[in-house]
Amino acid sequence: MQELLQQVVIGLASGAIFALLALALVLIHRATGVINFAQGEMAMFSTYIAWQFVQWGVPYWLAFAATIALSFAGGMALQRVVIRPVESAPVLTVVIVTLGLLLIFNGLATWLWSGEVRTFPPNRPFPTKTFDIGGVVINVQDIGIVLVTLGLVAALWAFFRFTRAGLALRAAALYPDSSRLVGIRVGWMLGVGWGLAAALGAVSGMFTAAAFPPLEPTMMQAVLIYAFAAAVLGGIDSPGGAIVGGLTLGVFLNLVGTYAEDLQDLGFPVNLEGLRLPVAFVFILGVLLLRPQGLFGRAEARRV
Amino acid sequence: MSLVRIARILGVVAFVVLIAILPRFLSDFRASEMARVGIFFIALVGLNILTGYTGQISLGHGAFMAVGGYASAILIAGRPGLELAQLKAPDWLPVGDGMRDIWTIPIAALVAGALGFLVGLPALRLRGLYLALATFALAVSIPILLREPETLTGGTNGLNLFGTTEDRLTGALDNTVHIPVLGKDMTFNDWTYYLAWTVALIGLAIAWLILRGRSGRAFKAIRDSEVAATSSGVSLASYKTLAFAISAAYAGAAGALLTIVSTIVTPGSFPVFLSIQLLIGVVIAGLGSLGGLVLGALFLYYLPVGIQELADVGSLPNGLQDAAKSPGMPSVIYGVALILVMFLLPRGAAGFLRKVLNPLTKRL
Amino acid sequence: MVAVLGPNGAGKTTTLRAVSGTVARRGEVTFDGKRLPRSPERTARLGIAHVPEGRGTFSELTVLENLRLGAYTRRNGTGDDLERVYGFFPWMRERTDQQAGTLSGGEQQMLALARALMGRPRLLLLDEPSLGLAPMVVREIFGIVRRLNEEEKLSVLVVEQNAAVALESSNRAYVLEAGKVVLEGPSADLAKNEDVRRAYLGY
Repeated sequence: MQELLQQVVIGLASGAIFALLALALVLIHRATGVINFAQGEMAMFSTYIAWQFVQWGVPYWLAFAATIALSFAGGMALQRVVIRPVESAPVLTVVIVTLGLLLIFNGLATWLWSGEVRTFPPNRPFPTKTFDIGGVVINVQDIGIVLVTLGLVAALWAFFRFTRAGLALRAAALYPDSSRLVGIRVGWMLGVGWGLAAALGAVSGMFTAAAFPPLEPTMMQAVLIYAFAAAVLGGIDSPGGAIVGGLTLGVFLNLVGTYAEDLQDLGFPVNLEGLRLPVAFVFILGVLLLRPQGLFGRAEARRV
Repeated sequence: MSLVRIARILGVVAFVVLIAILPRFLSDFRASEMARVGIFFIALVGLNILTGYTGQISLGHGAFMAVGGYASAILIAGRPGLELAQLKAPDWLPVGDGMRDIWTIPIAALVAGALGFLVGLPALRLRGLYLALATFALAVSIPILLREPETLTGGTNGLNLFGTTEDRLTGALDNTVHIPVLGKDMTFNDWTYYLAWTVALIGLAIAWLILRGRSGRAFKAIRDSEVAATSSGVSLASYKTLAFAISAAYAGAAGALLTIVSTIVTPGSFPVFLSIQLLIGVVIAGLGSLGGLVLGALFLYYLPVGIQELADVGSLPNGLQDAAKSPGMPSVIYGVALILVMFLLPRGAAGFLRKVLNPLTKRL
Repeated sequence: MVAVLGPNGAGKTTTLRAVSGTVARRGEVTFDGKRLPRSPERTARLGIAHVPEGRGTFSELTVLENLRLGAYTRRNGTGDDLERVYGFFPWMRERTDQQAGTLSGGEQQMLALARALMGRPRLLLLDEPSLGLAPMVVREIFGIVRRLNEEEKLSVLVVEQNAAVALESSNRAYVLEAGKVVLEGPSADLAKNEDVRRAYLGY
């Protein structure tokens, strides 16, 4: 029982990482109707930037904040320069453009920092303590990741709900034409959406490097797939769904991995532990087939 | 017959002649390169039917190439070959005692095609971006799925045909292939070139026949408007899954050829990037047009190679040379080139060609 | 208050959209001596409020959020503006948290009007306000618009298919056919005009 609870907590931490990236995907999809295949590589790139700051002697949490700010600016710039020109292009064109971004960020990271395997952060951002609640051993880092994630999500929710800019962003994403008529600069708003998404991705990346070392160019590829699965599970347009989906998926996958051997003993043909990604794929497929709007999305009626 | 038609027929004939005589002007190495271009081309023809004609986006066709490639390798090796490599195929698999390489190509196509049909069924319920997403996840899963059943696929090391079965690989043993019909000998690389492009031309002919017939019209109707197509009595389900199956079959054939040409197949032969490349290829080529596909295949093969060679040849200033040679740079350039092409040629190479040739055809 | 009448496809809606900058245009539009910019955002900031055909309300947002967004271009607090708007549409005070999409057609039209008001505009562009509404509701809305025009000194350019109501409420009117102005003048005169009566007033 205690083992189970421990694994649940660990699962929540990885789930938080998926949730952050999933939230980024949802934000971008809500704002610009695009599925950003490059979200993972962008997050990875941001993490390398953070690493570089720390190499230059900047204390961890300051580097963390600076990276978030830079990623926000970068995401915004990307939307203005690369995405806006293909706004009204067919779906396929936009897919190719985000794939191009994927290649660019992947290549840039390898070029600037080589494929060497690194640990980041060198000194743990969260104290390496564990504490014991009734026999369940919990890592401070795991709790820290979950709490920071929830805090960020809460801050984001408050931003959208209570601020003028947040309201304008919501309107711009849903009703661009009417928003222009009240004076909202829709283009810039969409840019802010991308900026926020990039910032969230940066946090996801930095936590991935901390929780699942090493830091290397391929580190976010699997996370991206899990984030897709989480976003699809929660409903591709539902931010809340992304969070719930991410946390659920994290716990589920961790439990699958932990009990894979037991499952095999019970007669299950394959060891699922190494197959987490294909499991996530089957997951995505299943959700898209059975309930395409996910848990919290709205069913879309197609206009004929 | 209109002049345009005559011009088109002449163009095709010129193309075939060019393919037939090209190796005489190419080095052995280039011939093997062009064989790989041919392999890309075959896969692109298939994917073009799916994405260009019925408008279904697949970011996972590398998976079908993988299925074809591995099927071919396993069939060539046969049970004795697998045993030699300390592998074993499950008893229920119809693996014989080893098969001549060229016969595995149509079988690989069939196997991949069947899988494509199976994938096409759930794909019916997915649209646009969601289909892209699901197939992307498929592409990411494939290298992993290929590693797992180690006793059959050889795990991370894959199946090396060279060590165990050269007698079934045409020309691999002694680098000479004897063509009885023409009474000539040619090198292994030249042989792979001709094999690949023969399959390509056959594939092209089949595609042309399919597309000019009822199926082709149905595909185009679906692409233009699913609603209109259904109201006209076109069965969406049948044609969409058919398109998936056909495109998968082509990819399977391409995969089998890849195995034969490389004489080895590993999970690393079919990375995510391959699936991405295939989609890029059809989009660059310009959807729905057979003409741009050759350009697409050339682009896919030579862009990364070309970047390397530019750096080596020294036609770039020194500082840039080092940058261009470093790992990661080809990806960056590839990505930038991709985005630029999307901005400048939203309708791909075929659209560009159409624009260029239009004034010419008008005058005819 | 000026009305623009005409049959379907005459270009009435396009005219409004050209003024607000929603569609590209050749040539200049002048308001109060100044040339209007070509983008809808900047035009809105100059005090031109465009209520489009179909209301353009933010259906998923609440009544209050819609109103707040109306005042987007005004930096300083919206308290006074809200009071003013509640003065014209008292029912909104109680329904601030209701989702705009769940309002009735007439209420949504009023919300769209109110939202436009929040920005303290100098010119109101109204596109087919009577569309899909019952005659009584239409009269109510035109009554409010008339009040706004007289009390708040808000210039109004209204495009309408319902010529009767439009001519009743407006001072001047234009008749547009196939993109050209075929008739213009004081509304009272146009209402008595034989051709107008036959074509648009059903006599």
